[in-house]
Amino acid sequence: MELTGAEIVVRFLKDEGVKYVFGYPGGAVLHIYDALYKQQDVEHILVRHEQGATHAADGYARATGKPGVALVTSGPGATNAVTGIATAYMDSIPLVVLTGQVPTHLIGNDAFQEVDSVGITRPCVKHNFLVKDVRDLAMILKKAFYIATTGRPGPVVVDIPKDVTAAKADYKYPKQIALRSYRPVTKGHIGQIKRALKLMMAAERPMIYTGGGVILGGGSGSLTELTRLLGFPITNTLMGLGAYPGTDKQFLGMLGMHGTYEANMAMHHCDVLIAIGARFDDRVTGNVEKFCSKAKIIHIDIDPSSISKNVRVDIPIVGNVDNVLKEMLRIIKEKNLKPRREALKAWWAQIEEWRATDCLKYQQSDEVIKPQYVLEQLYKVTRGNAFVTSDVGQHQMWAAQFYKFDKPHRWINSGGLGTMGFGLPAAMGAQFAHPRSTVVCVTGEGSIQMCIQELSTCLQYGLPIKIVNLNNRYLGMVRQWQEFFYQGRYAMSYMDALPDFVRLAESYGHVGMRIEKPAEVVPALKEAMKMKDRLVFMDFITDQTENVYPMIPAGAGLNEMILV
Amino acid sequence: MRHIISILLENEAGALSRVAGLFSARGYNIESLTVAPTEDPSLSRMTVVTRGSDEIIEQITKQLNKLIDVVKLQDLTEGAHIEREMLLIKVKAVDGAREELMRLTDIFRGSIIDVTGQTFTIELTGTSEKLDAFIEAVDDKLILETVRSGVTGIARGERALRL
Ligand SMILES: Cc1ncc(C[n+]2csc(CCOP(=O)(O)OP(=O)(O)O)c2C)c(N)n1
Repeated sequence: MELTGAEIVVRFLKDEGVKYVFGYPGGAVLHIYDALYKQQDVEHILVRHEQGATHAADGYARATGKPGVALVTSGPGATNAVTGIATAYMDSIPLVVLTGQVPTHLIGNDAFQEVDSVGITRPCVKHNFLVKDVRDLAMILKKAFYIATTGRPGPVVVDIPKDVTAAKADYKYPKQIALRSYRPVTKGHIGQIKRALKLMMAAERPMIYTGGGVILGGGSGSLTELTRLLGFPITNTLMGLGAYPGTDKQFLGMLGMHGTYEANMAMHHCDVLIAIGARFDDRVTGNVEKFCSKAKIIHIDIDPSSISKNVRVDIPIVGNVDNVLKEMLRIIKEKNLKPRREALKAWWAQIEEWRATDCLKYQQSDEVIKPQYVLEQLYKVTRGNAFVTSDVGQHQMWAAQFYKFDKPHRWINSGGLGTMGFGLPAAMGAQFAHPRSTVVCVTGEGSIQMCIQELSTCLQYGLPIKIVNLNNRYLGMVRQWQEFFYQGRYAMSYMDALPDFVRLAESYGHVGMRIEKPAEVVPALKEAMKMKDRLVFMDFITDQTENVYPMIPAGAGLNEMILV
Repeated sequence: MRHIISILLENEAGALSRVAGLFSARGYNIESLTVAPTEDPSLSRMTVVTRGSDEIIEQITKQLNKLIDVVKLQDLTEGAHIEREMLLIKVKAVDGAREELMRLTDIFRGSIIDVTGQTFTIELTGTSEKLDAFIEAVDDKLILETVRSGVTGIARGERALRL
């Protein structure tokens, strides 16, 4: 059947099973918008800024495990999308971003709204394409989805010149694709798996450390089964929260810069470390020289380049996390392998001692709202069942520490790039994915203003997101570093001239609430959660000088934490 | 350690910049880089000369393999291999220097490929080391211009980099 390039794009998205496209129109993509207008299968969500489109598509992907799709115009549309693309890239999120481009004959001529989108995005995509011939369009789109979603996932940009969207070609949905240069591994090497198991069964002080890869690789179920079977302690990275039930006794909390004392101490003292779908990020390892110096390290990851990149490992296993864990479970059961129960008992006794420091405790107050208290209560009021997105800063760390995630895909934050402005649009994506679930955006008065315009999108589509704004009148995380490391010289971290968020929310057509006293926190949260079909903006006026503890200063070892 | 990495990559627009971009973004060093299509027009063969510890070279090969356009690669320096680079050098050749330069070219098995009353242009192939030695041997004051192709290489024996 002969279709225009624009029709091919839309038809392809339908055939690929795409439900939502987050986008913003402009000259170079008008043919595509016209094709969208003429059909009902693919729903286009009009955001208010292209950064919002990419973050929303990203939030959708994180909340579902399916690829997110964004559509933007050439030039400024594409450059506005870059922050979202880089955010997805750093966290390995499957995203397909369609960017319009000026007509082929104008490329390179500094045409109106021309930028080299392929060049600009190259360092922050898994791959990108410029479509030069409408006959290649369907196949390139197929490759884009295939590359974005397989192996270690990531964003793929497809740059489509306007004339290509007008030209016609035969369309058939490409079911099969073959890429000779891209064949991601899936199964782990059996010999390596057996060597790893031998080490695990001999361990006296084992520790499991897992990252976002377990969630991306659909490995939560097998991870939970394996961890319980072995009785080993486990910690998750900021990206990995929810891969293992946060309320379970074997869970030691998050590790790293603002991780728990018990998780970091157990990392430091373990003799066998089992790293799964994690990448030894500097916010996790602290000083790599001192990192897990007593441990033999096993590393399971789908990306060979993650292995021994920052920390040398002893037993690398390249493969899909879920496959490898299932294989481990099979062998353990078949051979009836047993960990060293006696040694584990002593190890747990030590861990319980560390746990007893209760490192997340904070001073409650009757006068001023403690941010930790808000999150603790948010967890209770939502019964741990919400999808929680966050922005970047102190509130993000408190959310990670105080909201216990029992399931994967529920905790959605920009871990790798640390993008302020991510929270609200990501919540939109999550809410589209789960229209009947509670979606909460935990944010700060600094971050929320970076994509505040999306409140308008939320009204248009009736997204009942609950915004928890921890308003400390400071760029809190910046202020904290200035307090600790710059002798309290608070350069540019005070947020002056803030808007009245209640009236701001109201002027966008939503419900606004200001909460100033600790006693009002729980009633306000309950009231907000009852408003099932309204977006509620809760502006919590919190303690201005609260800091995130514990903290490992950059460059220190995991056993050198600052406790309260 | 110096490594010569041979890469088969898709002969696509942008493939070269993906490789070059990878090296600059990750701070890896490139001593030379050459690229040209192969007998199969859909494939290019690239040769990169780089330096780094074993860990860095391991990362470089892994990161290269991760690029979607990279089909296959081989670290030539891991086995016996042949390395060749071409040098074209234009030198001032007057009076006694003419004799001297002809002798030097002979010793290095180069050839003089262009002559004027004032200059010689000499062509020389070999390992980078040999070309360095030749340039070293020519009096600095005589050198007008040099151009080097960058290193290409191939494995010795039956080892071949192909699909
Ligand atoms: C786009 C962007 N710009 C700057 C930063 C640096 N940064 C990290 S945290 C932070 C402060 C965030 O303040 P706020 O949103 O009010 O949250 P709080 O730390 O007070 O909870 C800043 C500026 C960033 N992460 N992202």
